[in-house]
Amino acid sequence: MKILTANRLTDGEAVWFSTSKGWAETIGDAELAGDKEAEAHLQAIGDAAYANNEVVDVNLIDVELTDGAIVPSRLRERIRAAGPTNRNDLGKQARPDAGQAA
Amino acid sequence: MYRYDEFDHDFVKARVAEFSDQVERRLAGEITEDQFKPLRLMNGVYLQLHAYMLRVAVPYGTLNSRQLRMLGHIARKYDKGYGHFTTRQNIQYNWPALSDIPAILADLASVEMHAIQTSGNCIRNVTADHFAGAAADEVADPRPYAEILRQWSSVHPEFSYLPRKFKIAVTGAARDRAAIQTHDIGLHLKKNDKGGLGFSVYVGGGQGRTPMVAKKINDFLPEEDLLSYCTAILRVYNLHGRRDNKYKARIKILVHETGAEEFARQVEAEFAALKEGELKLPDEDIRAIERYFAPPALAPRPEGDEAVRLARLDSRDFSEWLDQNVVTHRHPDYAAVTISLKGIGEAPGDASDSQMEAIADLAEKYAFDEIRVSHEQNLILPHVARADLKAVYDALVEIELATANSNLITDIIACPGLDYCALANARSIIVAQNISKRFASLERQRDIGELKLKISGCINACGHHHVGHIGILGVEKKGAELYQVTLGGSGDENTSVGEIVGRGFGPDEITDAIETVVETYLRVRSDRSETFLDAYRRVGQAPFKEALYAGEAKAA
Repeated sequence: MKILTANRLTDGEAVWFSTSKGWAETIGDAELAGDKEAEAHLQAIGDAAYANNEVVDVNLIDVELTDGAIVPSRLRERIRAAGPTNRNDLGKQARPDAGQAA
Repeated sequence: MYRYDEFDHDFVKARVAEFSDQVERRLAGEITEDQFKPLRLMNGVYLQLHAYMLRVAVPYGTLNSRQLRMLGHIARKYDKGYGHFTTRQNIQYNWPALSDIPAILADLASVEMHAIQTSGNCIRNVTADHFAGAAADEVADPRPYAEILRQWSSVHPEFSYLPRKFKIAVTGAARDRAAIQTHDIGLHLKKNDKGGLGFSVYVGGGQGRTPMVAKKINDFLPEEDLLSYCTAILRVYNLHGRRDNKYKARIKILVHETGAEEFARQVEAEFAALKEGELKLPDEDIRAIERYFAPPALAPRPEGDEAVRLARLDSRDFSEWLDQNVVTHRHPDYAAVTISLKGIGEAPGDASDSQMEAIADLAEKYAFDEIRVSHEQNLILPHVARADLKAVYDALVEIELATANSNLITDIIACPGLDYCALANARSIIVAQNISKRFASLERQRDIGELKLKISGCINACGHHHVGHIGILGVEKKGAELYQVTLGGSGDENTSVGEIVGRGFGPDEITDAIETVVETYLRVRSDRSETFLDAYRRVGQAPFKEALYAGEAKAA
């Protein structure tokens, strides 16, 4: 399964695309793509947002569902979703609505 | 230290205005990311995992208190309350918004600082011995030459689009504290038998995926020829350096493939044509730059000996800090102080906004307004009267920066690694923190003695692992972090590249593995005076390999 991620142009904030929320600051509601067609749909959204100067560094990343929660397959993406592992007071993990640290 | 003249001020101001306009147009959608990316990189702005990153140049690692205070202010106002001092003697901010960067650059310009040429395929910040101007073993201060190189290389039209980035380091002492042999050009300032100043010139050193020790191509280059000779080197590189393969584009590959002798011949041929031209440095120009770096007037403070003696008796902690973090100054009443940014369990090289401000206050009060950034990610007060050492120590205790571990195993160099960096494959900081905690006992650290441990989170080697006595390289294998250990590297006047000892270790194994290496050293050393590096060079890998892997072989 894949989700769409990027960094917001204005401040570099890591964001994930959610159908209901648009480019969201947390990974929890990211739109899941389970097949090639859905991936292509997400990619098109990413390309458009890049062209529209909303986001940069757009990527489809692999994720798994663990107890219903979206968990990126790669540590790199888990750290992006949570924040630095040595500073729990920084990044998304420092916010009340955030996902878990890597 | 160097002060901007009118030209410098105008140049930096114009650059801030130019980049501010570019940022504005980017945010307005008038230029694309593809167009903007090379522009932002030329101004030190990267995109990392969580945010943008701004790398600010600290020329040859020299700061005054006003500048350090401004770095603290920027950390507080635009970032998350801290900055990260790097192995390039620079500072990085990990969380700035792109929209704030014009304001940050304007603040930096107000204290004669900028982020120009901290990225891109150009000549980067020239680095120097962090004890320059203070070291007892120095022939002359290397910083005037670093400043001359800075002025020459700033937006140099011919050398702004090199095959790859280019790093120059200068030392003024035989004992190399600037790791010059791991740079594209390394300069060792020295005197010839007639008392004239000049340089031994090393070329083609570097780390990254293909570590190389630089080759000496000139034993004594007179000081007036510095720019013409460096131009000759850069011309040969610019012409013949590979542009078809990023991984083979550094000058080290060219020197290696051409051969040092032939490379030197080509440089000499270019140099012959340049030598008597406009790049020849007039003596009065060198001396004029030198005056900017004139040492502070160090008044006699003979009471220091007695003050230190009494304070030692009074405090064992102070005494240990003195032994470890304070080094001899060329003036007997003074000392150079290393402020360790390697508190036990802390992220190497990080300093908070208030710590930066407090150090700036200390520098102003006790250290003639000077601070240095070392490539080992510590801060230095280069000129402190011995009589004031206890007061400085007490103030450092207050801000939790009095860790007495300079040159010991917990004085670890670590790159930001996967916790921040978009290039990293594995984490570095957390590995450093775990090792630091394991070896927290100062008594144990001092028993181990001098040991330089360096950690990189990817093969680009920002954490200098190749030249660590113990080096750790983080890689990604089958989606997990794996740490390779190298032994026997060194970044001093006898530079060597560490050798991989065997299979890598997982994140949960690496601290134990390092402890095994250290315990093995303690077992094989001939006595306490034999350092880890000396012992390794004497006995080689065998006992370490045996200690790390023997059980495995038997089990298999």
